[in-house]
Amino acid sequence: MQLVLEKRAERSNTIALVSPLIAIGLTLVTMSILFAILGKNPVSALAAYFIAPLTDSYSLQEIAVKATPLVMIAIGLSLCYLANAWNIGAEGQFLIGAVAGSWLAVKTQGTGAGPWVLPVMLLLGAAAGALYALIPALCKVKFGASEILTSLMLVYVADLFLDYLVRGPWRDPAGFNFPTTAEFDPVATVPILIEGGRLHLGAIIALVVVAAGAVLLGKTIKGFEIRVVGAAPRAARFGGFNSNQLVLLTFAISGALAGMAGIIEVAGPVGHLQPGISPGYGFTAIIVAFLGRLNPVGILIAGLFLALTFIGGEQAQIAMKIPLDVTKVFQGILLFYVLACDSLILYRFRLIFASRQVA
Amino acid sequence: MRKILIAATAVMLTAGASMFGASAAEKLKVGFIYLGPVGDFGWTYQHDLARQALVKEFGDKIETTYLENVSEGPDAERSIEQLVRAGNKLIFTTSFGYMDPTLKVAKKYPNVHFEHATGFKRDKNMSIYNGRFYEGRYIQGVIAGKMSKSGVLGYIGSFPIPEVVMGINATILGAQTVNPNIKVKIIWANTWFDPGKEADAAKALLDQGADVIMQHTDSPAAMQIASERGKLAFGQDSEMIKFGPNTQLTSIMDNWAPYYIDRVKAELDGKWTSEDTWGGLKSKMVVMAPYTNMPDDVKKLAMDTEAAIIDGKLLPFKCPVVGQDGKEVECKGGTHLDDGQVLGMNFYVKGIDDKIPGK
Amino acid sequence: MELIEAIILAVLAASTPLLLAATGELVTERAGVLNLGVEGMMIVGAACGFGGAWLTGSIIIGALCGIVAGTLLSLVFALMTLGLAVNQVATGLALTILGIGLSGLIGAGFVGERITPAPHLHLPVLTDIPLVGRILFGEDAFVYLSLALVVAVWLFLYRTRAGLVLRAVGDNHVSAHALGYPVLKIRMFAVMFGGACAGLAGAYLPLAYTPFFIPGMTAGRGWIALALVVFASWRPGRLVVGAYLFGAVTILQLHAQGWGVGIPSQFMSALPYLATVIVLVLISRARTGGSTAPAALGTVFVPDR
Repeated sequence: MQLVLEKRAERSNTIALVSPLIAIGLTLVTMSILFAILGKNPVSALAAYFIAPLTDSYSLQEIAVKATPLVMIAIGLSLCYLANAWNIGAEGQFLIGAVAGSWLAVKTQGTGAGPWVLPVMLLLGAAAGALYALIPALCKVKFGASEILTSLMLVYVADLFLDYLVRGPWRDPAGFNFPTTAEFDPVATVPILIEGGRLHLGAIIALVVVAAGAVLLGKTIKGFEIRVVGAAPRAARFGGFNSNQLVLLTFAISGALAGMAGIIEVAGPVGHLQPGISPGYGFTAIIVAFLGRLNPVGILIAGLFLALTFIGGEQAQIAMKIPLDVTKVFQGILLFYVLACDSLILYRFRLIFASRQVA
Repeated sequence: MRKILIAATAVMLTAGASMFGASAAEKLKVGFIYLGPVGDFGWTYQHDLARQALVKEFGDKIETTYLENVSEGPDAERSIEQLVRAGNKLIFTTSFGYMDPTLKVAKKYPNVHFEHATGFKRDKNMSIYNGRFYEGRYIQGVIAGKMSKSGVLGYIGSFPIPEVVMGINATILGAQTVNPNIKVKIIWANTWFDPGKEADAAKALLDQGADVIMQHTDSPAAMQIASERGKLAFGQDSEMIKFGPNTQLTSIMDNWAPYYIDRVKAELDGKWTSEDTWGGLKSKMVVMAPYTNMPDDVKKLAMDTEAAIIDGKLLPFKCPVVGQDGKEVECKGGTHLDDGQVLGMNFYVKGIDDKIPGK
Repeated sequence: MELIEAIILAVLAASTPLLLAATGELVTERAGVLNLGVEGMMIVGAACGFGGAWLTGSIIIGALCGIVAGTLLSLVFALMTLGLAVNQVATGLALTILGIGLSGLIGAGFVGERITPAPHLHLPVLTDIPLVGRILFGEDAFVYLSLALVVAVWLFLYRTRAGLVLRAVGDNHVSAHALGYPVLKIRMFAVMFGGACAGLAGAYLPLAYTPFFIPGMTAGRGWIALALVVFASWRPGRLVVGAYLFGAVTILQLHAQGWGVGIPSQFMSALPYLATVIVLVLISRARTGGSTAPAALGTVFVPDR
């Protein structure tokens, strides 16, 4: 007797809806056991992770703030991945976008420049992110160099470049030579949506990006091309689609989104350029993209959900003294369950009896 | 399935409500934000030792909570605010990068007291504190000048921020008192924390002729390499004699416990006020590990130097301080460089044959 | 000359964890599976490797603990991607998150402890040969083991039938399946080998490089190992070149700082990454024909029944 995986004739829409619930249920059970082993009350611990952050407007805002860059980057990445272009350097594009936008903020500091500054910063961030993403894309198209390697390596380069700027040329003159630019002027800062909170305009931009992604993929010919090139490269070639062009396009879009997310983060929650502006957004967004099944709405949900686990993890650390490492384990297990359950949308298990196999 | 889920949610909601509704009115809640994991055996580890000392000192009167691995980017403000919202009344934020986030949260919650390490911005309810580690560096310079046979010291820097630059200068000024021709080779690891890279840097320095290794990165890796090569080294942050029983000359130890106990006591007594504390050897915020692996005369010299610094007879940055260009640095403190000059130190003193990166 | 010898010795040691992890990942990828969780498996290997050595006092037991830990973690990956046909990229990243968490929990028990590191070899006469002796016979055993492993993998891939089958599975799983090869089973072993190597690579750090454990001590080496596999265009020989090139630029930039070349250290630190990109572009340009990546890399395979 053997348990095997088998492809379904068509994707199961029921499972598509139910699978996240099953995954969460399984995680709850697993983590309850783990918490019990650690001597923590599983019910309170899980409440701290999943319920407490949803019970007040402050935490809800924070979830949105955390999810904003994740969703923006992941939408771009999903286009790449659908087109079989492996951009894993969104972190670098995020940083370069932040640098480029900050350039204007630093240059206009204290000059009394008008409200045009912020929009131009966002555009600069997007443009720089796109250009930076085009380096691996061009290396792939022109020379056949793997974009996986080049995009990843350029993350480190971007990180060190930012580091150089804030420790050298762009250092805040009044900052005792610490590695940060001066606090951006109000015209160079992303406006806050709710007084007293941290929810900012970026959240709206992220929603627009989600909508745009949905329209692009669902309603346009380019979106159709992207999906065909990814799903059936050979058919795409016969159809006369230029896959090289799509690599450049999707890389540029995802770089632009990552870059814009970068400058929004700097001009929003951080308020100045400094090292360490990204706690790994570019990498976490890869998970968000897949968790959201490379679908814009799915990505929105996945981004919010992952943000919830970060905020919940902190609350668990505070309320229950649960070490951060447990939160990481928790996130890992949760991701495994979600991904595994999603697999059941396309596949199902079947028991096969040995006698049949022989026949 | 759905019924079970609903039931589970209900249970957790009640548990959550009771957990967050409950108030521990009597206990003073003290919160900490850590940069690294508590197990880093360096900067964060020393802060956590002090937190444990608090628990030992005050027992039931206080409750401590920490958040570890909090990146200095957009997450910091949220983490601090989470501690506030969890009822912490005194919050220590233990890295430079938390300065602006701490200030933002402090303005928002005037009734909560904050203590920020190594920064320079203060407020009514936000103290700053730091250790005069350069005093220890000066002693290390004296020892190194005596102990080096090659006349070349090896210095592993993390990032070229004033804290590190002042350490390098203090070391050289100390060494020049016993060997005017002392040379120093500086390698920047561009990380606080990568034991492998720290080891590589130590090897490179030794291979280039240095015979005493000192570091401003956090792990015992460099000590270990010096030990393997039969050379000498200084510890960092904590007692590292275990990693080089025949190697460690001494170590500058961060000793935050007395300060933390002081501040918590003040808070308990209702006498907390915003202060600017820059404690050194005298206040025992900086403590030297036992002087080992050196002849008695050097040991005596080191102890005399330490005593002179404690008595205030010896000032590491006593005027005239001569810069690399051969010109005297402006003497703002009368007899010595004032604290502002030291805190923002961005030049090398004469005798260092190198340039500060990014300058 | 002594300085050159010293630099080469440092390069060998710095490159070894990269080479070990990359060799394992190369085999995994040659079988058509992309496991991005190398960093996670490495850090757990480091924690368990140190724990084993610290508890028993034996470097060999430590290394075995690292190998077992890496393998176990890779089995989780195999279960997910092979057993349940889950997306490999996402699973690998989740594995990294899990690994970082697990290593912290495991390592909490021995903060600030130290062990005696793996000894450097000393063979009579041989090690004392001037200039080359210490390089060829005087490093710790892992250095030579990693090279032997590359040779073994090369022999396996190109000189054995099993290697041929493995490559076939990676290039076209449908045909391989049609020919009757157990695609999933072969892939599982390849993933396990990758996990074992990553675990050993992680364990190398606390066992031989810096004999203590600190959370996060792999510091991104797993990612570099992944990049090196691509750099090597999935060939073992080139992997050695890539790993040593990366190690060499890393070490040389430190030396250059010590000599005081007036370039900002951030640019020096960025050199290894830039060099890897530039060399890859040059190689790719010179190469004739299409991509050398295993054709089925990263794709899901569910056998028809």
